[in-house]
Amino acid sequence: MKWGLAALSAGVLALIGYFFIRLYIEAKPALSQFGPLGFTFTNNWDVQANEFGALPLVVGTLITSGVALVIGVPVAIATALFTTEFCPPRLRGLMGGTVDLLAAVPSVVYGLWGFFVLIPKLRPAEQWFSDTFSFLPFIGGHVAGPSYFIGGLVLAIMIVPIVSAITREVISTVPTDHKEAALALGATRWEMIKIAVLPYSRAGITGASMLGLGRALGETIAVTIVIGNAPVIGNSLFDQGYTLAAVIANEFGEAASDELHRAALIAAGLILFILTLIVNALARAVIVRGPARMADPIAESFGATG
Amino acid sequence: MSAASPPIARISSRRRRTDQAARALLGAGTVVAVIPLVLVLYYLLKKGLPAWSIDFFTTDPTGKFFGDPGGIKSALLGTIEIVGLATLIAGPIGIGVAIYLTEYGRDSRFASAVRYFIDVMTGVPSIVFGLFIYITLVVTKVGGSGFAGWKGAIALALLALPIVTRSAEVVLELVPDSLREAALALGAPRWRVIMRVVLPAAAPGILTGVLLAVARAAGETAPLLFTATIVKASTFDLQAPMNSLPAQIFADVGQAQDRLVERAWGAALALVMLILIFTVLSRLLAGRSRLR
Repeated sequence: MKWGLAALSAGVLALIGYFFIRLYIEAKPALSQFGPLGFTFTNNWDVQANEFGALPLVVGTLITSGVALVIGVPVAIATALFTTEFCPPRLRGLMGGTVDLLAAVPSVVYGLWGFFVLIPKLRPAEQWFSDTFSFLPFIGGHVAGPSYFIGGLVLAIMIVPIVSAITREVISTVPTDHKEAALALGATRWEMIKIAVLPYSRAGITGASMLGLGRALGETIAVTIVIGNAPVIGNSLFDQGYTLAAVIANEFGEAASDELHRAALIAAGLILFILTLIVNALARAVIVRGPARMADPIAESFGATG
Repeated sequence: MSAASPPIARISSRRRRTDQAARALLGAGTVVAVIPLVLVLYYLLKKGLPAWSIDFFTTDPTGKFFGDPGGIKSALLGTIEIVGLATLIAGPIGIGVAIYLTEYGRDSRFASAVRYFIDVMTGVPSIVFGLFIYITLVVTKVGGSGFAGWKGAIALALLALPIVTRSAEVVLELVPDSLREAALALGAPRWRVIMRVVLPAAAPGILTGVLLAVARAAGETAPLLFTATIVKASTFDLQAPMNSLPAQIFADVGQAQDRLVERAWGAALALVMLILIFTVLSRLLAGRSRLR
């Protein structure tokens, strides 16, 4: 039994390695035609002309994920702090559970809702914002319905539960002694959070945010529906764009017969894979290197969501 | 040492106001986090329920752009088949790996490597899993056909595997060592201890993890688009292309036709209900577990 199970585990490892190699081999036609750097950093995605430079997609992925972090992370941290430190203990489980339910809504449903509800309802507000703050960079001009901003907003909603759940786990590892010591010295609840909770859990919260970023980078269907799918770099936050994941979902059907196009899409997948790999590895490094020895908050959060 | 001095200094009003402001701000953040959930559920019920009827669940999509678009029978059936098969694949493998990690591997270098890469797998975007299955199984026509339901199931299983493993590992570690030691001291071999003592104790928790993974997998669209694809007819043949709820919704959202959009809302409501049932079941099980 021991060796059987070990072989099973080794099989999983081998699978991941094989996974990476196969992706690389299949992406090779595109990578060798345009060069790996040329492919990634050329601003020209033109299917008709058989020219594939993925920069508009990379930029779109980074912008939407950036928007998602800026909006989602503060909300997630606020939620985690409120449920662990301010919420009456009786309501704590309920609050946490409700936020976790956000993760139960499938990506495609967020897309549906974003497209038919969020886009029309938010448009006037976006236009007002765009006109009023047009002096800011990347703001101003006509507001397209589907846009980077809407994509980022939907992503923000989707990363809140994961960031919040891990942050809650991290905060729960703060020693009660530290918190009680702060309170005993006369600190208010907020001061206690500032001097005892936040410094102790800063690394963990950073890691949680990065895991959220990893999730946002790879999220596909919701973004595909609300981003507008224009393979250019938009002038403003409210312009239509495209992301790496969205281009794969959209163009794969038509690309099956065209070898170069298909290789380009697989190369886009490879970039996405490497990007998320780096972000996740960094996140884990940050969390593990946190102060003191703490239980593995990632594994814990998987258990705790149950 | 005059008795008149107050034993505890009062908190200055500035500090108290800061505290209240922080409390209000964090509370507001929590409300903001919950608003989307309420709104999504509200619109799902408002726009999805009118689409529901007996016919909606018992007819296949017709594929007609004008006229009667048909229901979601094939999509619902396909989702159940694909997710069921994915669970049968990911469940045993995931639990097996978790048992290895907690009972045998523990802190060995190999076990740490497995743990690390399982974590890496959690971070891999679902669409990349779809690509991988497309490259390895669909293009090569493994099993005689290109697109097939079982290939979609494998893509979903890859997605569910790390969730099952990690949650099962957490639960297995909660089983007290004294239980294992007692059984071993009675002379039971290791595999017997695992099968008769450790697994039964951890079963509810492990099942919770599996159900959560199922719930996650059921909502995934991206890995199915180019493995099982989108078709109209219902099928029980796992070798054939197979419809699924998320893929059907995705196909309908892109159509500028009210009845197709209405079907998308109805299907979305059905999908969310399905996932909520799994989620609630997993919570009930988690509540029953004696380990937590």
